[in-house]
Amino acid sequence: MQILASIAIDSVTYGMTLFVIAVGLSVTLGLIRVVNLAHGLFAVLGGYFAWYAMTVWKFGYVPAAVAAIVLTTTAGLLLERLLFSRVYRRSALDQVLLSIGIMFVGIAACGAVFGDGIKTLPLPPLLSGPVELGFRAVPAQRLLVITCGGAVVLAMWLAYSRTKVGIRLRAVVDHTDAAESIGIDSRLFYAVAFALGAGLAGLGGILGAEIMQIEPFYPTKYLVTFLAVVAIGGLGNIWGSLGAAMLLSGVETSSKYLLPSLGSILSYAAMLAVLSFRPHGLFGGEEGE
Amino acid sequence: MTQVHSKRLAPLELAVPLAAAALWVIAPGQLGLLTQIATTAVVVLGLDVVVGYAGIVTLGHAAFVGVGGYAAGLLALHVFAEPISGLLFGAVAGAALAFLTGFVVLRGRGLSLIMMTVAVAQIVLEIANKSRKWTGGDDGLSGFEVSPLFGIFPFDFTGKVAYVYSVAVLTICLFALRRIMRSPFGLTCVGIREDRVRMSAMGCDVSGHLRLAYALGGALAGLGGALSAQTVQVVGLHSLSFTTSAEALVMLILGGTGRLWGALVGTALFMTLHHVAAELDPFRWMFAIGGLLIAVVLVAPSGIVNGVLGKVELWRERRAGL
Amino acid sequence: MTHALRLDGIQKNFGALQVASDISLSLPVGARTALIGPNGAGKTTFVNIVTGALAPSSGTIRYFGQDITAASQAERARAGLLRTFQITRVFKTLTVADNVRLAVVQQRGQQRSAWRSADRDEIGEAKVASTLALLQLQHIADRRVDRLAYGERRLVEIALALAGEPKVLLLDEPAAGVPKGESETIMRAVESLPSDLAILLVEHDMDLVFRFAREIVVLVAGAILTTGSPDQISRDPRVRDIYFGHRHARR
Repeated sequence: MQILASIAIDSVTYGMTLFVIAVGLSVTLGLIRVVNLAHGLFAVLGGYFAWYAMTVWKFGYVPAAVAAIVLTTTAGLLLERLLFSRVYRRSALDQVLLSIGIMFVGIAACGAVFGDGIKTLPLPPLLSGPVELGFRAVPAQRLLVITCGGAVVLAMWLAYSRTKVGIRLRAVVDHTDAAESIGIDSRLFYAVAFALGAGLAGLGGILGAEIMQIEPFYPTKYLVTFLAVVAIGGLGNIWGSLGAAMLLSGVETSSKYLLPSLGSILSYAAMLAVLSFRPHGLFGGEEGE
Repeated sequence: MTQVHSKRLAPLELAVPLAAAALWVIAPGQLGLLTQIATTAVVVLGLDVVVGYAGIVTLGHAAFVGVGGYAAGLLALHVFAEPISGLLFGAVAGAALAFLTGFVVLRGRGLSLIMMTVAVAQIVLEIANKSRKWTGGDDGLSGFEVSPLFGIFPFDFTGKVAYVYSVAVLTICLFALRRIMRSPFGLTCVGIREDRVRMSAMGCDVSGHLRLAYALGGALAGLGGALSAQTVQVVGLHSLSFTTSAEALVMLILGGTGRLWGALVGTALFMTLHHVAAELDPFRWMFAIGGLLIAVVLVAPSGIVNGVLGKVELWRERRAGL
Repeated sequence: MTHALRLDGIQKNFGALQVASDISLSLPVGARTALIGPNGAGKTTFVNIVTGALAPSSGTIRYFGQDITAASQAERARAGLLRTFQITRVFKTLTVADNVRLAVVQQRGQQRSAWRSADRDEIGEAKVASTLALLQLQHIADRRVDRLAYGERRLVEIALALAGEPKVLLLDEPAAGVPKGESETIMRAVESLPSDLAILLVEHDMDLVFRFAREIVVLVAGAILTTGSPDQISRDPRVRDIYFGHRHARR
């Protein structure tokens, strides 16, 4: 029983982290329709910026996180304006090459500036201990991740379906020409969507820093995982990403606890099975590259 | 991007052994690197068939490379060590795995297809990792020797025989592929890449054909893996890794897809740069390669070879007044 | 007498949306039938169902007497049931000649031939040449399709279907958006097709319809309103109401 509770908590925590990081990638791939294999870079930059703010600027945990997210969002905006927007109409393979190039440069930059060790984000005393939930004690950090993840989900739901911004985004995505003819600037929306995705990834990087450690090769290490969430969730399907992240983390976490000898064969076999029956993702999505 | 010319095929593949001979004279101390470039080029040629001609984007090609390598290594270790049989065994292993997984993998499109190729490669990697008895696991498979080529030329530490052997295999593969991709088979691959629906409407069994193209790519990957195993005399889990798949794809796109020559140019450029920059720390090398990739995408659309040939074609058409 | 193509009770629903209602029609061997109807009537859906790109919800399709309702699009094409697309689908990075060659290769079942160059098959090359000549494409045979004008691309579109040796041919608005010169070439090519080939022409251009058709089928909202000779159709007040503009009303 204890094991099940542990699996559940770890699984939801990891799943939330994956969701927050991967949702931006789902939007990029499915709605903006550009391939970005360097997405993990935004997650690790979030972690690095937060570490820097805490260590060098002596910020507290929360202010550091906020600063880091702002910086990461800016980085995303810059990359979109300077590089990605130039290849929107090019072939997917060109986009693959560009994003791999960006990923390499990003890794090299992180390694040169921050060194090749692992950076830890020291938690404030409030968040470092366990929290008594009655039936068991849960590390506060886990609860933080789950709460933040939940807040992100809620915020996205509200923004996407309730606000004018969300409606306009959907219009731009579905019918770019028509949207532009009624005065919606699609370039602005692509830039904003891309930047927001980057910022969220940064948040995810900070939240997940304990399980997905902040080090230069982070973007390559977790690339397959992020892509898996997007593929299984369906491109551009935000709620699908949530479901997929939970599913993947569930399979991986259970596998780690219950069948460690199989390694990650189970996760990959599950992915293979899901995608062969539902190539548009478990929950459906856009057809894309 | 691809063309089927109606003129007789000029023996351009002879440029490969000629260049190889020149390089031997210029850089006799680099035979090891040059051999590696040749064996990798065989793999990337196969990837061009799959990605460039048939339009199947894959990040799991390493599965076939590794399977070919382990097959050749195991054959040499347990059965007999004749090199050419090892090559064929590796090619068949790669082709078989590709053909079989093709039934599942090729049902996907776009990202789901890519992720399925990744999944297959990762599963093969994990299986190889767990089967220490056969594959040596983390330590890799070694201790097998390769018999002298044709019974006459031993694979010694100077690497000369290995070099000539690899270049010869590469040249033969290039020759064969140039013919195959100009045949109705190759033309059909291009048609499917451009428009599957139209091909279906013209009577083509698209999924059957794609499986064959995928298997051909797998055969070449297996061949390259076997060649590498024989010339380096060790096979490791790295040959099955995501990095290997990704690097092969990068080499191909860099050089240019759908031309076969792009595979050679991209492989040579990437691996040379890797070798030179690896003297520096790993981060400098990534900086250099990353910068190169970004520059190529922004400056030479569709890769180096296509960029150059595109300009040549434009010039030719203007001259012919078309 | 076996019809070349016969549809019985074809229905197609997407949930509550019915795009094809109880369509029954037959094309005799050598048919020259036109399918007309307002935009959104379901004409392209009809073509998709007949060629196998879309499966009907119910009903049967017979091809020279054989039930092909369950056959795939590729199987039907190999048997000679071919179509052109309303929105041009040609192979842009290949030359005009290679486009036609590709169609001929599929028709002759040579896709698996992997050693000889694609242009070395004598019979195939003869077919390529004759198809190019039929659509007057010889002078641009070696040009890449993405360098062609729209009208020329439409000709290649038609060529792809003709190269496949059709027994039943469905032309989906072949002359749509095409300048007068090319549409004339298209119509002459269609008129020169074998008389035992059954052709269904989907068109909006009434001049072309009346020039071509011996029978006209009128499709409205997924159902057949009426069929008849060009004369009967042009006099039918229902058709005039729904479809014909002022200009085409015949006295």
